[in-house]
Amino acid sequence: MSDGTTDTNRSGGLGFAVVGAILLVVMPLLNLLPPEDSWFHLSDFSLNRFGKFLAFAILALGLDLIWGYTGILSLGQGVFFGLGAYCMGMHMMLTIGKESVYGSDMPDFMVWNQVKELPFFWKPFYSFPAAVIGALLVPMAFALVFGFFAFRSRIKGVYFAIITQALALAAWLVFNRNDTNLGGTNGLTDFKQVLGYRLSEPGTQRALYVITVLCLGASYLLCQWIIRSRAGRVLVAVRDSEKRVVFSGYTPANYKLFVFVVSAGLAGLAGLLYAPQVGIITPAQIGVLPSLEMVIWVAVGGRGSLAGAVIGAVSVNYGRSVLTNYFPELWPFMLGGLFVLVVLLFPDGMVGMIRKGKDLLTRRKAGEEKPIVPNQKVVVPEGKR
Amino acid sequence: MVISLGRTLVALGIVGLLLLFEPSRAIAADGPVSAPPTASVEQALTQVASEDESIRQAAIRLLIEQGDAGLLPRLEAIRANASRSIRQAIKPLMDLLKNRAKLASPDSDVRRSAATDLGSSGNPSAIAWLDAAKVNESNKWVRYTIEESAALLRLASGDPSLKVAAAEKLGELRSGNAVPALKALVEAGAVAEATEQQKVLAKTADAAIDRIETWGDWANAIETIFRGISLSSILLIMSLGLAIVFGLMGVINMAHGELMMVGAYATFVTQQCFTAWFPPDVFDWYFPVALPVAFLAAAGSGFLLETTVIRFLYGRPLETMLATWGVSLVLMQAARVYFGDLTAVVAPGPLRGGAQVLVGVYLPYNRIFIIALSIVCVLGIYFALFKSNLGLRVRAVTQNRNMSACLGIPTRKVDSYTFAFGSGLAGIAGWALTMVGNVDPGLGQNYIVDAFMVVVTGGVGKLAGTIVASLGIGGLNKLIEPGLGAVYGKVLILVMVILFLQWRPSGLFAMKGRDAD
Repeated sequence: MSDGTTDTNRSGGLGFAVVGAILLVVMPLLNLLPPEDSWFHLSDFSLNRFGKFLAFAILALGLDLIWGYTGILSLGQGVFFGLGAYCMGMHMMLTIGKESVYGSDMPDFMVWNQVKELPFFWKPFYSFPAAVIGALLVPMAFALVFGFFAFRSRIKGVYFAIITQALALAAWLVFNRNDTNLGGTNGLTDFKQVLGYRLSEPGTQRALYVITVLCLGASYLLCQWIIRSRAGRVLVAVRDSEKRVVFSGYTPANYKLFVFVVSAGLAGLAGLLYAPQVGIITPAQIGVLPSLEMVIWVAVGGRGSLAGAVIGAVSVNYGRSVLTNYFPELWPFMLGGLFVLVVLLFPDGMVGMIRKGKDLLTRRKAGEEKPIVPNQKVVVPEGKR
Repeated sequence: MVISLGRTLVALGIVGLLLLFEPSRAIAADGPVSAPPTASVEQALTQVASEDESIRQAAIRLLIEQGDAGLLPRLEAIRANASRSIRQAIKPLMDLLKNRAKLASPDSDVRRSAATDLGSSGNPSAIAWLDAAKVNESNKWVRYTIEESAALLRLASGDPSLKVAAAEKLGELRSGNAVPALKALVEAGAVAEATEQQKVLAKTADAAIDRIETWGDWANAIETIFRGISLSSILLIMSLGLAIVFGLMGVINMAHGELMMVGAYATFVTQQCFTAWFPPDVFDWYFPVALPVAFLAAAGSGFLLETTVIRFLYGRPLETMLATWGVSLVLMQAARVYFGDLTAVVAPGPLRGGAQVLVGVYLPYNRIFIIALSIVCVLGIYFALFKSNLGLRVRAVTQNRNMSACLGIPTRKVDSYTFAFGSGLAGIAGWALTMVGNVDPGLGQNYIVDAFMVVVTGGVGKLAGTIVASLGIGGLNKLIEPGLGAVYGKVLILVMVILFLQWRPSGLFAMKGRDAD
């Protein structure tokens, strides 16, 4: 595992600019300019799909912050993602208006469930700013409360992972209910417009894509800023030895709570961007399984590296969409195998492999036998406290 | 060493199971052979098919009084050739005669259902049959049903004094079936033009309903408690293996649910082998045979999992969780591809049905079996951990791994055997779970998060913690369920666990000690 600063310090700025330019300018232009049959043309569908992956990448950044840098495995990120997506989805449900199947002002599923009056917690979501702020603040507030109790009583390691997994299960159950007025199993769907722009227009989707890239860039910079700050160093210290952090006079619980809330906010942002691009949000996206899958994105890309989180989220999801298309039965095998392989053989993920390859090259160039410094923390059996 | 202890446990389980198997009952013929029909009956038999309504009714009355089950084939023949209205008229007659014959059946369940049917037939001539059958009845619950049915029929009869007595009797019997009829009487007594007799009857009926409903609440409470204990014991059997491994190695095995699934499928495969290769009368034996099969299949899978994956992740519990989760995905999908989605195990005879312990309290045998099994498992593990050499080593490594290694305990071997043993326990849990649900690839997922919660709440390294925690979580689950519904019950339990961990961060019975990392 890296100490979290090396890879972004040196060539980070240039790489960030290049990747940013490709994502922000080149991809939309490839979608817009070349004729449809050209080899360079990027279809609306592909661009939209890529936008979804980049939304996931935002979530992965948050997860990397908490898992990769702070060493806290949260198996409940799907809940925060879902809260964000549902906030945005509720707004878009309300803007459907009379276009709905039943021609009522109420969302279709409420007409179906014979709900006569809009529930109170739906009402603020008529306003777009409220929905956006809600998509960020609701997950953060939730994480604040949950995290406060969890970290205060020093729930950590495996305990925290299991508690958050139970949280994901509970949230999934609650969102599946019809009486919570959140659409039940079918979730929220059939969105028509956002801020008056039709979602079926390619232009709208292109704009959403660009917004997603901008948000991703901003999130990346935010995470980098956090990691490079003093607080970031404390986070890494908490990961490597929490007791020593305590002995040095810090309160790890506060730092952990802070990073948990930030990661929840990023997950909410990802959900906010996901809902309009995909056009549906259901409880199936927020349960135990999806929450665990999010962890594998970071693991594959390389935990403890922000670029790794982004690469992992995009590549795993790309692999998923290709494989589930051609071999739907094989995907769980691949996913499961990926988990085992990455954890066993490539604990630093793709980024770790690239770095290792680079090290080999530079050493060969230098032509000297540099001692290999194991970049690992002292292994302490965490279960034995 | 662990394996040999496992064997003891398996043997214990089999013995327990054998106790459940009673000698199979002979299947009896349907009632006694009757005397040849008299002339009047013969005449009635011909009149039954008459188109004249009054003649037909008279014939049916006579047949009810004098006929018996021996007439059934002939009635059937008449019915086959008759018009629709005649068929409809004969049907209740045949049902009455059939049920009357069944009252003498040697199978108590048949007697009981016949009594119930007669009670709901509304035909007063059945009262005499029921009273006659009651005299010779030895089974407590059949007698109860006979009395209940007779009282129900009396309640529907014309005689007011009989009705009052019947209402009182039904209240005494706490018969839930009588409530609608009693309520109708109460309503009849409440109208303005009700006679004095009706009012008296209504008062009696009201008192009876009160008694019945009070008892119903108690019965509900008892059944809720039973369901809670039953869920607790399922959780307990599941969590025991998890908790031992967690205590020893600090590892949560996310594939534990899928090891249960392996056990369940092992049971299923054993069943299929029995249907394919053995005569049907030994079919019930597949279930005890499946116990060691399930244990060994799961233990073998667990051993493999430990040597190929977990061993290399020592000291990295979070990574172990992720890797074992990957394994669980693979196992689940493999089962889905190989077995398909819907496979069920047929419960062996002695575990079908249930026992009635009180009026309105019915305890299914399969649940009782699981409760018994959990007790056997706890005892087995207690002996394995506290009375054997290997258990001593397991406890030593759990308390202080480095010190134990210094004293010459082969810690890796202990890990590996214990993990296999814990997995075997998962297999036993899967074996038992086939009795309460389908065998499907998601079997492990249904309870696994609850089992994790049990382990977290119970704390590490103490058997008592796991037991208390599973009783607590399982019991609360069922206690909250009637009021709040299953979903909010789960949410509430999560909240309670989090709050509980505020008070006891490392579970109920944490091990005391100091260390610094």
